[in-house]
Amino acid sequence: MQEVEKIVNGKDLFKRPEYKDVLANKKQFESSMLAINPAKVDEIAEWTKSWDYREKNLAREAITVNPAKACQPLGAVMVALGFEGTMPYVHGSHGCVAYFRSYFTKHFKEPTPCVSDSMTEDAAVFGGLVNMKEGLKNCAAVYKPKMIAVSTTCMAEVIGDDLMAFITSAKEEDGGEFLPAEYPIPYAHTPSFVGSHITGYDNMMHGIMSQLTEGQKGETKQRINIIPGFETYIGSLRSVKSIVEAFGTDYIMLGDHSDQWDMPAGNYEMFSGGTKLEDAKDCINSSATISLQKYATSKTMKMVEKRWKHKGGFSNPVGLKGTDEFVMKLAELTGTEVPQKLKTERGRLVDAMQDSYPYMHGKKFAIWGDPDFLLGVVSFLLEMGAEPTHVLCHNAPNGWEAEMRELLDTSPAKDSLNVWAGKDLWHMRSLLFTEPVDFMIGNSYGKELMRDTGTPLIYIGFPIFDRHHLHRYSISGYDGALNLLTWITNKVLDQLDEETKDIATTDYFFDLVR
Amino acid sequence: MGPETLEAKQKAAIEEILKAYPEKAAKNREKHLGVGSPNDENQKTCGDVRSNKKTVPGVMSQRGCAYAGSKGVVWGPVKDMIHISHGPIGCGQYSRAGRRNYYIGVTGVDTFVTMNFCSDFQENNIVFGGDKKLGQCIDEIETLFPLNNGITVQSECPIGLIGDDIAAVAKTKAKEIGKTIVPVNCEGFRGVSQSLGHHIANDAVRDYIFEGDLSHIQTNDVTPTEYDVAIIGDYNIGGDTWSSRILLEEMGLRVVAQWSGDATLKEMALTPKVKLNLLHCYRSMNYISRHMEKEFGIPWVEYNFFGPSQTIKSLRKIASFFDESIQKKCEEVIAKYQPMIDAVIAKYKPRLEGKQVMLFVGGLRPRHVIGAYEDLGMEVIGTGYEFAHDDDYKRTKEEIFRSTVIYDDVNEYELEAFVKKLQPDLVASGIKEKYVFQKMGLPYRQMHSWDYSGPYHGYDGFAIFAQDMDLAINSPVWAHSKAPWEKEG
Repeated sequence: MQEVEKIVNGKDLFKRPEYKDVLANKKQFESSMLAINPAKVDEIAEWTKSWDYREKNLAREAITVNPAKACQPLGAVMVALGFEGTMPYVHGSHGCVAYFRSYFTKHFKEPTPCVSDSMTEDAAVFGGLVNMKEGLKNCAAVYKPKMIAVSTTCMAEVIGDDLMAFITSAKEEDGGEFLPAEYPIPYAHTPSFVGSHITGYDNMMHGIMSQLTEGQKGETKQRINIIPGFETYIGSLRSVKSIVEAFGTDYIMLGDHSDQWDMPAGNYEMFSGGTKLEDAKDCINSSATISLQKYATSKTMKMVEKRWKHKGGFSNPVGLKGTDEFVMKLAELTGTEVPQKLKTERGRLVDAMQDSYPYMHGKKFAIWGDPDFLLGVVSFLLEMGAEPTHVLCHNAPNGWEAEMRELLDTSPAKDSLNVWAGKDLWHMRSLLFTEPVDFMIGNSYGKELMRDTGTPLIYIGFPIFDRHHLHRYSISGYDGALNLLTWITNKVLDQLDEETKDIATTDYFFDLVR
Repeated sequence: MGPETLEAKQKAAIEEILKAYPEKAAKNREKHLGVGSPNDENQKTCGDVRSNKKTVPGVMSQRGCAYAGSKGVVWGPVKDMIHISHGPIGCGQYSRAGRRNYYIGVTGVDTFVTMNFCSDFQENNIVFGGDKKLGQCIDEIETLFPLNNGITVQSECPIGLIGDDIAAVAKTKAKEIGKTIVPVNCEGFRGVSQSLGHHIANDAVRDYIFEGDLSHIQTNDVTPTEYDVAIIGDYNIGGDTWSSRILLEEMGLRVVAQWSGDATLKEMALTPKVKLNLLHCYRSMNYISRHMEKEFGIPWVEYNFFGPSQTIKSLRKIASFFDESIQKKCEEVIAKYQPMIDAVIAKYKPRLEGKQVMLFVGGLRPRHVIGAYEDLGMEVIGTGYEFAHDDDYKRTKEEIFRSTVIYDDVNEYELEAFVKKLQPDLVASGIKEKYVFQKMGLPYRQMHSWDYSGPYHGYDGFAIFAQDMDLAINSPVWAHSKAPWEKEG
């Protein structure tokens, strides 16, 4: 029973004797029914750690267990929220939207606006035109967004709804009262059974950019467009902007959701920050476009190069080398020397890397996440002399595996470094048991891997639900690399303390100075 | 504020909110917003609101889908079965381990609740069908997770649209592996909310557990007693079922099964032999309770373990189905906890008295928790459900103590407007709305997951509830929203 002076929640409540009895009774009831055989549990648990299990596990072709990817519309919603006053609108059942909103909200601890047109069985039979006509009108009337960015769910894709025709029809029917002809309603087809959330990011970015820039081609301006990609670190967007600003050049960040998912307290406005629509329309007239994530923007960048004929291309400013390349690209595109501010920042980062390197050197890491994220962070690990033993990318597009292999081959430890494209986190579990590493780098889904295998988890990635505020930091630029360095090194030191903390038994190397 | 002014304010708020909509949407939403009063005998449902209708397109509804109702609520917590999210990757990933359905077991070996199994549909599965892939998924599960006691197939949207016959695959495979395989056609586009998913899931329980071949788990080795009961409609969020179970066991009852938090397939299969079904979440599991009443003659009784007033009422109601020995023990249980509850109320009531609350949650809490707030001297001035039916609103009428604004399937715009106009001291709702209100500097508790605290059920749960509400309302952080220079100005 609770004691009023010390009320405890479930964490301690269920450790009390009376609850231990309740749980033991339940357990005994379960085993008296022979539903579960404890001896068998131990035996199978041991077997799941074996090479035999690993081989069977890696041979899996059909079932996915504990994936490290999500579906297309999630990425489309992120893009929409990166534009000024834009409501993401998902054509389909509202269940999907409830999921997208919860997922982002749990990661960012921020509200995530997004509507759907609530398609149900009748829409499945007759198509979703009625829903879209009404939905766009209601959305415009209630939320007064400056733009509505429409993406689809697998339902709308399977029944084959024609978005362009539907949107045109909605505008016509309304007679312009809520949806004037010039009202921007870009769209993208984002079937969940193709690619992953980064494909959806690409499709929606392509949809918005191609529609907004239609007929806007004019005189070229000395200006650089930056496309961040599926970037979940708010601080990274700010770091990148500060690097570009250091060059004193004009720039437009296309899809800047940093303010949307970092609203100050005191008031609530549904939309905050984002790329100005004026700027988005004019971005076709910039002289260059740089995408920070190759695999999350391949379709968009094809358009930028072929139709807009912009210079720039890809540059992934994660880690020292990645940031150097980004800085040099900016120097080249602007014809400006690298600003002193950045030279100083770089110098400080390198100083820090040289201070900390002994703790990361030779340490083995398992890491998973999106393709571009992995190229950046793995590059940084190699710069520190660490060994990325298992690099796993569930949503690896074509070409990624070869590019990652090439990067790993620059390491002296290359023969023991493995790339796992298209594998999931239950595969990772087998890899960790059979070829253990010192640390894992990944999202909250690594938590059960940490518990099962005892490998310490460094929380870097998406989604992170059970730790607070990490997404507010940067992992891009020199300051971002310093964050990576700090998080990783200190986790190594935490682990060292953990392993040496027992008084008079293990406390050699339990040092006060390092 | 007297009740008249509150009611007038509530009615005015509704009128003003409706003005933002185009005509058709306004007409629709008008039917879902009302003001309920404990004195008004004419109401068919609380506040005369209509429910369980299609959501207005293009507004930010908080509703989920049938898949969420079946996989996320009813089947997902059954711990010794593997639940395949059948279709594309997203649905399973978004619904993974978010509901805090606590259980005891070795995850990945004999229990699987927090994992995500998915057939990960690709384009060719849409074109050529996914039945073959489903069969292969089941084979692979059998190889890698041999201690599973069964499998459920939770259909995502494309399955029904492309016309895959998952029931046929389930039947063939079940025969082959000799275990229960349950196909559930809970595609997200079915129905208007997660509610239909509950019903579909209940029907699948009936068809595949009660009427299925359960020879692999032998259901006749447990001897029934006079005091066997089952907890129905408690998902063990943060351990709720455990803090309920302890009271039932203390009053001498034997809890044979929990549905479905911390449940095993076998205990669910044994339920038709119990003497009484105890139904907590009426919305999600009234169907299967009615079925057991009709088919097996098992009576069911609704109960509410939020807050001492309702807990006491419920304990006595449950005891009334049994003999005097149980009734005597029931009184002993009530007497045993009373001093603790008195102390909790004495401690927290002075800190919470008169504070006004607005609720918006899912299936039972919009009415069930009202009493718990009232026990602490707090006043609920607004409540509503994401996916209730008319009978839920009828039940709500019995729980309200004053004029209460009732909003069915309230969307983000409306809820924000209601809160701004009625200015409650606390909002208690879900994750999607949480940060909207916190940014406004309003105390908030997430009432789907207990904001990562809990349990809230039972006597021990009420103490945590009281402490958490105090923590929310009386935290110093809300005072920081305004900068000191703003205060001066």
